[in-house]
Amino acid sequence: MRDEKLEFLFRLGDTALVLSQRLTEWVGKGPALEEDMALANTALDLIGQARLWLAYAGEIEGRGRTEDDLAYLRDAHEFRNVLLVEQPNGDYADTLMRQFLFDSWHLLLLDGLAASADERIAAIADKARKEVTYHLRRSADLVVRLGDGTPESHRRMQRALDDLWMFTGELFEADEVEQAVEAQGIARGVAQLREAWLAQLQGTLVAATLVLPPLDAWMQRGGKQGRHSEHMGFLLAEMQFMQRAYPGLQW
Amino acid sequence: MSKEWPLWEVFIRSQHGLAHKHVGSLHAPDAAMAINNARDVYTRRNEGTGIWVVRASDIASSSPADKGPLFDPSNSKVYRHPTFFPMPEEVKNL
Repeated sequence: MRDEKLEFLFRLGDTALVLSQRLTEWVGKGPALEEDMALANTALDLIGQARLWLAYAGEIEGRGRTEDDLAYLRDAHEFRNVLLVEQPNGDYADTLMRQFLFDSWHLLLLDGLAASADERIAAIADKARKEVTYHLRRSADLVVRLGDGTPESHRRMQRALDDLWMFTGELFEADEVEQAVEAQGIARGVAQLREAWLAQLQGTLVAATLVLPPLDAWMQRGGKQGRHSEHMGFLLAEMQFMQRAYPGLQW
Repeated sequence: MSKEWPLWEVFIRSQHGLAHKHVGSLHAPDAAMAINNARDVYTRRNEGTGIWVVRASDIASSSPADKGPLFDPSNSKVYRHPTFFPMPEEVKNL
């Protein structure tokens, strides 16, 4: 029971942490100052959430590992983030579409967690969903603008959606960990989120003149069980470099 | 990209009861996105309870050359300052 909750907290924390790291790669390179700062703000919100989840995971684990130890001293196969968030930034369409697909799922997930039987999880989720409500407002707005923008922006947004689609199945996959935390009243079943997610997605995609990929398309899976894409090692190499090269370094 | 977007002036109200104050400017294609951008650029340190954005091109401005005729005549009229009244302690933000 403890182990499943711990595993679930790693999924929450690692997903927020890895997406934060990806967004941070844009800092100083955004297409406009305003976009640059918006992505940095989102990254900061996510790293704040990652700290709360991983600090709690460290306490439950009981091996004295802090959130920093967990972030900087684990290897790729020990990370439990979904595959969607480790996908490369690509062009701005790829980044925004990844963000939109994630935000719309993330908000539904947090809404469920805010009613968790675990008070600490409920409190973290309640704080996080205010931030994520804004993330979704922003990413959905930009998806509509660029999807329904120029032929070039439309083409890129549709391509990004088609490319990322195979990473969305995992978001709703209920393995034994998710089933166990659902049975304990810790989280709402992720599979139940899919219908609400699709309805919301449809609404935004119609406004954006984008076409929803086939619902029965083949889906990638494995991130939540620690099987990651080839991008994960490179991401961690950059994120963890300082602690790996100079163990215990502080500043 | 930002070169093609119009310039907006941003006004933030820091607390209820205070006026919106000019904090700076930014680029955005329309008002809705200007408000989102203002939130991201200018309210990162808990500054705001309200945001106004105004297209910079819609602001009419007095000319610096008119400074004399516009403002000099009020220089010597101290009796226009409401400093001759005792102010109650409780009245803030005046």
